[in-house]
Amino acid sequence: MIPYLLRLVVKAAVTLFAIVTVTFVATRLSGNPIDTFLGEGLTEEGRQALINYFELDRSLWHQYLAYLRGVLSGEFGLSFVDRRPVTTVVAERLWPSGQLLLASVALTVAVSLPLGVLAAVYRRSWIGSAVMVVAFTGYAVPSFVLAIVMVLTFSYWLNWLPVVGNGTWAHFIMPTIAMSGVLVAALTRFTRNAMLDVLGQDFIRTARAKGLRETRVVLKHGLGNASITVISVIGLQIAGLAAAGSVVVESIFSWPGVGQMLVNAAILRDYPVLQFGVIAVAVAVVAINMLTDIAYALADPRIRLARA
Amino acid sequence: MASLADPILRLRRRTSRKGQGADIIQKIAMVLAVLLVGAALFAPLLTPFDPLQQSLLSRLRPPMGFDRYAPGHFAGTDELGRDVLARSLHGLRLTLALAFAGAVIGLVIGGLLGLIAGLRRGWAEDVIMALVDMQIAIPFTLVALLVLALMGSSLTVLIFVLGIAGWEQYARIVRGEVRRIAAQPYLEAAKTAGAGPVYTAWRHVLPNLVSPLVVQFTLALSNIVILESTLSFLGLGVQPPQPSLGSMVGLGRDYMPTAPWIVLTPAALIVLLTFTVQILGDWLRDRADVRLRER
Repeated sequence: MIPYLLRLVVKAAVTLFAIVTVTFVATRLSGNPIDTFLGEGLTEEGRQALINYFELDRSLWHQYLAYLRGVLSGEFGLSFVDRRPVTTVVAERLWPSGQLLLASVALTVAVSLPLGVLAAVYRRSWIGSAVMVVAFTGYAVPSFVLAIVMVLTFSYWLNWLPVVGNGTWAHFIMPTIAMSGVLVAALTRFTRNAMLDVLGQDFIRTARAKGLRETRVVLKHGLGNASITVISVIGLQIAGLAAAGSVVVESIFSWPGVGQMLVNAAILRDYPVLQFGVIAVAVAVVAINMLTDIAYALADPRIRLARA
Repeated sequence: MASLADPILRLRRRTSRKGQGADIIQKIAMVLAVLLVGAALFAPLLTPFDPLQQSLLSRLRPPMGFDRYAPGHFAGTDELGRDVLARSLHGLRLTLALAFAGAVIGLVIGGLLGLIAGLRRGWAEDVIMALVDMQIAIPFTLVALLVLALMGSSLTVLIFVLGIAGWEQYARIVRGEVRRIAAQPYLEAAKTAGAGPVYTAWRHVLPNLVSPLVVQFTLALSNIVILESTLSFLGLGVQPPQPSLGSMVGLGRDYMPTAPWIVLTPAALIVLLTFTVQILGDWLRDRADVRLRER
């Protein structure tokens, strides 16, 4: 178990190191960061002073090491827009994003598990096909189109739901559904396939042979065993998909979360916020992936023995 | 398993005999694909209007069949009096071109890296597979946001970003196939008979790679269409005044309460496009995957 854990930690560390490097390379590829970061309205003297201060005349390698030192000591700079530390800017947006994420994952699980089980059990009838059409639609419709159509229907036409903000429970309905579309599609497919694998196993035949009712066979023996795979998928795939989805959904519904912040920072060219925001989301996704791997290994000894 | 050497031919024959050809939805998707590609190719001939031509006298006119319809503008006009249909068709053209370019770049990068990883074991494979793992772990939309914000949203940068978006899938497929084929008896036989590496690669490895890569290419097309239109929707992809389906939806958002047709036409085209491509991709996958079909 210990070697396996070590491998996971090393893998996570390497991934994070890579994303930090990508953010550095991206800022340097776009030219002199002073020009990109501060833009016009800078005197030649001021520009020289800043270049000296940030050691931009030193080698790229030197700059890179300095950047890594800053990252390790938690110094990510100030926002261009309101001059606050970017760590504070990101921190106050974590909870709204977390709320939306939790609501979406809850909705996704509540919809996908039953649908996936149905699709596996009735895979040869129209029920199975109908479920797969739903899953298919979730993949094909981009979340911004889903969101726009809902806003048109439920806000402008029927006047039922509010468009912007996160004040009341009614504000949660459309963003949660828009976030969940792709997630439902992914999780339903995985649940179906995991169930099909399990339902073909010998112990299912044994369970039927000893006279258990079919619902019990499917739910306890089938879903019980499939759930390990399903939970790992929630951790590994859903985290990344949700991070991407929140960027779109939060900016459509003016949800005060990390996703909206990233889009605003990208448009306003608030690079320090954008840089740290991307790193923060990557840390969250990589951490969730790592925890899922650990939980998976704890639940299933074959994994840690095979990979260690 | 006598026909292992020619799996594609064998598949096709069996498919027709069992009557497992395209079903009605797949046939509709094929027709739609032809129509959409045709509309994109011949966009300038299909509509008399210039997608950039403003006409301040006929702003925000609704589509045909509504009050205040401006004759000729079948899908209505936008806030600057530009023809929505002309913009949508030209947007479709640009979206398809970008998706195609992106998918080809991904295929080249991923295919080469996958080939190297499959043929040369050792550190090269370790490094490439570590890169694949990273690409999977990091939500790509965020990297795209960062790169586009820093380097500016020119079409060149956008194509580059779309190309990087899906390379890891090709790399995994190619590496897996190359390793699988390397272990096959017929490759052993070819080597014994004196076939060189180039001949083996061309005659035995490449034909086996074609069908999984075609499937992946199709599925990647639809993912890239979604990524491109999402980035353009957010204002970070194709820049105005050039129309793309995503940016039309993004910019038309402000006029939704009074002029919903500005967003509905491009949005419908996006969904039609992704549906069509995914149905075709699924169909190709079912045809190519022997194990799946025999289940």
